[in-house]
Amino acid sequence: MKFVRWLADIDRRILFLLIAVAVVVPLIFPLGMRVKVTTQAQNIYDQVESLPAGSRILVSFDYDPAAAPEVHPMALAFLRHCFAKKHKVIIMALWPQGAQLAVSAMAEISREFDIVYGRDYVNLGYKPGGDIVIKSLGSSFPKVFPTDMAGEPTANLPVMARVRNLKDIDLVMDLSAGDPGIPAWVRVANALYQRKIAGGCTAVSAPQFFPYLQTGQLIGLLGGLRGAAEYETIIGYAGKASRRMDAQSIAHLVIILFIIFANVSYFILRRQRAEKGEGPKAGPSASA
Amino acid sequence: MDGLTLFGTWLAAILTLCILSFLYKDNPFYKFAEYLFVGVSAGFWIAYNFHNLLVPNLVVPLFGADGALPKLVEEGQLDLRLLTVIAGLLGITMLFRFFPKVAWVSRYGIAFSVGLGAGLAFVVYLQANCIYQIWGTVRLSPVVITESATGWTFDWGASLANTLLIIGVVSALVYFYFSKEHKGVLGATARLGIWFLMVSFGAAFGYTVMARISLLIGRMEFLIDDWIKGTLTTLGLL
Repeated sequence: MKFVRWLADIDRRILFLLIAVAVVVPLIFPLGMRVKVTTQAQNIYDQVESLPAGSRILVSFDYDPAAAPEVHPMALAFLRHCFAKKHKVIIMALWPQGAQLAVSAMAEISREFDIVYGRDYVNLGYKPGGDIVIKSLGSSFPKVFPTDMAGEPTANLPVMARVRNLKDIDLVMDLSAGDPGIPAWVRVANALYQRKIAGGCTAVSAPQFFPYLQTGQLIGLLGGLRGAAEYETIIGYAGKASRRMDAQSIAHLVIILFIIFANVSYFILRRQRAEKGEGPKAGPSASA
Repeated sequence: MDGLTLFGTWLAAILTLCILSFLYKDNPFYKFAEYLFVGVSAGFWIAYNFHNLLVPNLVVPLFGADGALPKLVEEGQLDLRLLTVIAGLLGITMLFRFFPKVAWVSRYGIAFSVGLGAGLAFVVYLQANCIYQIWGTVRLSPVVITESATGWTFDWGASLANTLLIIGVVSALVYFYFSKEHKGVLGATARLGIWFLMVSFGAAFGYTVMARISLLIGRMEFLIDDWIKGTLTTLGLL
């Protein structure tokens, strides 16, 4: 019974320490746990595979450094797949720091593929306005983005040669950490212009986008670090997300164990107090 | 890793540890990092918005590269660049909120942006978040029969999923129907709706835990790879 009491009154800092250990150890000594691929991730992969080489894929970097640990690995995995299939990638951002994160992603990707800026990809930079920007892209790309991020006129870039408006885009991939993000692309690019939208988002926001999958408004969804690890698994690339999933899984295991411990100790102590006549509602004074 | 990057990495690592120290208890190191973050963020966003919003959308279209104001009418045509003046004036009206006697002027700018947003969003919100979702539910059949090589088969999984979805949507909607007391069939359906809502909240909470652990992993990875391993590599010890 002493153990149950200790468990109920455990200092929360011990839990923090255990979570830290559960995260750090698998990062130093990777376990190589397998990630099961969901239909949502597979659908995005299949869509990219089904497009003929040279198709125009718009990737919108709608996240900031705070969401980067989750969303950036999926950006890297998706871009790797696009360039492996010889697609043309048009990058833009509805979040101010998204364009700079795209620069960082492309710096890494361009070392692995024989790609040329302006011919195979372009970074159009950040444009404020959310829904209004997407709606304007439905009319004209050059009017919204007369120049790329570096100030080069987009008319001079071969990758933009036959891109007049959203209808010339074969697939939109939105990497989102909020709004403007997936909701904006779905309600404008999909609802008004019937474009195929794929999404990658933080785990916090993933549940609210599942209804879009059921109706087909989203063709697929990568949710959080797990979504990124799934995409890395499909393309056969052991990237950061796959490595981080070991730590994620062990940390989840610790959390689940302590949820079970807390509930078991709560019910044991409640019954004990009820037997002593202290009232069934009295619970442990657990700080955890 | 060059000297400047190493310095930046150490600074980021020390500030990360300062923030994480709050997990032990509130302390001056945490407070220092917190205030520094708030101050740097405010300064960063002011500078960022000036250079990325005001300059490219107001200053450059209005004055151009040569810094000259556009003429009101050029070759018999109204210079459309002057429209940015209206946008600029509407933006300035919002600053009137700082002066109580003329704070009412700010309503023009706010009214314009709210009206524009509402007008633009109304149709697309209705279509994407309401009509599509209703259509997504009413088209579901609780009985799904699929064709296979051996003939027609009853798809148990899909049928159960569709049935649960229909029951879940209807019962959750009933829970939010307050025009009649929740008794009898209505009460039972509403209670079922609570169960569906609780399951969905649980799933959302699970995803939230996953997200927070991911952020912790990101920081820990930075401390291990960039800070410790990066420093040891730069010093030639690894």
